[in-house]
Amino acid sequence: MSFISYLINGLSLGSVYAIIALGYTMVYGIAKMLNFAHGDVIMIGAYTALISMTQLGVPVLPAILIAVVVCTVLGVVIERIAYKPLRNASSSLAVLITAIGVSYLLQNIALLVFGANTQTFPSVVKWSGLSLAGGQLKISGVTIVTIAACIVIMIVLTLFVQKSKPGQAMRAVSEDRGAAQLMGINVNGTIALTFAIGSALAAVAGVLLCSAYPSLDPYTGAMPGIKAFVAAVFGGIGSISGAFVGGILLGVIEILGRAYISSQMADALVFAVLIIVLLVKPTGILGKKIQEKV
Amino acid sequence: MTGKMKKLKNMKKTTKSNMITYGIVIVAFLVMQILISTGNISSLLQGLMVPLCIYIILAVSLNLVVGILGELSLGHAGFMCVGAFSSAFFSKCMKDVITVAPLRFFLALLIGIAVAAVFGIIIGIPVLRLKGDYLAIVTLAFGEIIKNLVNVMFIGVDSNGFHFSTKDVMSLNMEPDGTVIMNGPQGITGTPRDATFLIGVVLILITLFIVMNLINSRDGRAIMAIRDNRIAAESIGINVTKYKLMAFTVSAALAGGAGVLYAHNLSTLTANTNNFGYNMSISILVFVVLGGIGSIRGSIIAAVILTLLPEMLRGLNDYRMLIYAIVLIIMMLFNWAPKAIEWREKYLSFGKRKKEAVK
Repeated sequence: MSFISYLINGLSLGSVYAIIALGYTMVYGIAKMLNFAHGDVIMIGAYTALISMTQLGVPVLPAILIAVVVCTVLGVVIERIAYKPLRNASSSLAVLITAIGVSYLLQNIALLVFGANTQTFPSVVKWSGLSLAGGQLKISGVTIVTIAACIVIMIVLTLFVQKSKPGQAMRAVSEDRGAAQLMGINVNGTIALTFAIGSALAAVAGVLLCSAYPSLDPYTGAMPGIKAFVAAVFGGIGSISGAFVGGILLGVIEILGRAYISSQMADALVFAVLIIVLLVKPTGILGKKIQEKV
Repeated sequence: MTGKMKKLKNMKKTTKSNMITYGIVIVAFLVMQILISTGNISSLLQGLMVPLCIYIILAVSLNLVVGILGELSLGHAGFMCVGAFSSAFFSKCMKDVITVAPLRFFLALLIGIAVAAVFGIIIGIPVLRLKGDYLAIVTLAFGEIIKNLVNVMFIGVDSNGFHFSTKDVMSLNMEPDGTVIMNGPQGITGTPRDATFLIGVVLILITLFIVMNLINSRDGRAIMAIRDNRIAAESIGINVTKYKLMAFTVSAALAGGAGVLYAHNLSTLTANTNNFGYNMSISILVFVVLGGIGSIRGSIIAAVILTLLPEMLRGLNDYRMLIYAIVLIIMMLFNWAPKAIEWREKYLSFGKRKKEAVK
């Protein structure tokens, strides 16, 4: 029974990773950059929801909505100020280092504004969950809501990218930015839209993550952010279904590793997965192989 | 005399530039020594001298990877960690065997550097197959793995020899007379404090000697050719893997040396995010970026400014990390954004334009 409950916890954590990984994978697919600050947008989203709920007394759903709006604006502003000027820079290191700077900036602003103390995050799901197999297997409400949210987001996003006009524009820009521009696609607008969607999802992920693991400090987002990037690489970067598969697998690996191998080495295990994937199949499970042109 | 002057004039431009860099370090050291001996410097600042040397060595060695090899390593603090712990382990074991402090430190230094270099090779072989963002994130991953591993290691010694465990002190199963050397998250305590400012400066000079000679050698030019165009370098017969690994390993070994200095400057050595984790790697990166990517002298100056400034302006210390972050973003935008480059060429290039006119 304990194995099944670990597995379900792994699915839940994996769902959060999958939602975060979407932000990485879409931005990487379209802007060809690793948005290091994505994890810290999660943290800002969680803080916004927390303050809306505890200090302003807003109910749960509007609080999440406020967090989504704040993160969307934040994501677009970061892209406009820090990343857009460097889009055509001669060195690809430039935008990566800038992204690290933004990540660091968000952490330290949060440190100054909210303080270094760990805050308790109230659960946004009031439902106590299911009790199966005569009370032997308990599944909490947060777990079920997280997994459900992840599935809904995946379906909606896949439909959006495949069927809608802006979604088609996104795919076109990710395939060939120059050609997309020639076809009359607003490339800057499309990239900004990608950042907006990714950051909005980060807010949702932040709330779900902090509901499942109810502690929040300025560094909360950093580790899940990096792990979600690992998940995106694992599944194949640039692919939405890859982010889903990678996120779920990574969550399960982490929880099972924590339970059966060593709780302190769980992070190391996740990173070992990244290293192995990059060495054996750098394009990930569902990624496409692109030939390098001279 | 005139012969000497002529020699100085005929010296290669790079050699002259290197001499200036050595000169700056030596003069700065002498000035600090005079200030310390005349008592013009607060004990706080005096305590900062060895950490300053550590930061300079780390910045110069990271610049070898970021500036010369052109890849971003975010796991530099991991190599420092390896060097620190291996050397502290040695020093603690040998504390009563070798009583001459400089000799003990020298041996510890050799061990720290060697172990860090071995780790550089082991990690470099898989990591250097990647590039760009992937390489950055994998080095970050390795740095975190090293930190995690150090935090679960328990090593003790008794009359039966060494005991090793990854659980806790009890499971070491030692005789009652045994001593714990490495105590998991509590790290290593009781390392002899052998590091001095003089040793630090000597290490800086050695680091500079190694890095600057490497850059100006045939090997260094090969490394820079790989940075500028890997495919072109490969096509003229440069062994890409070999030279990448060379730069990476030298950089790791030097970071290990900085770690040895760090370990022997404190009596308690623990591994946490701020000294051997991600934060440290980023701080070093800030030094490199502010000083100018690829500029060795710049790294030294940036490390000095960014270490001393927050300590001298006391109120600024709370905002240190915030300032680092802003410096990082603004420097990158100013140096690399095509629009900023255009603007600079328009308004700030009086010197350049004159040179072109002379040509």
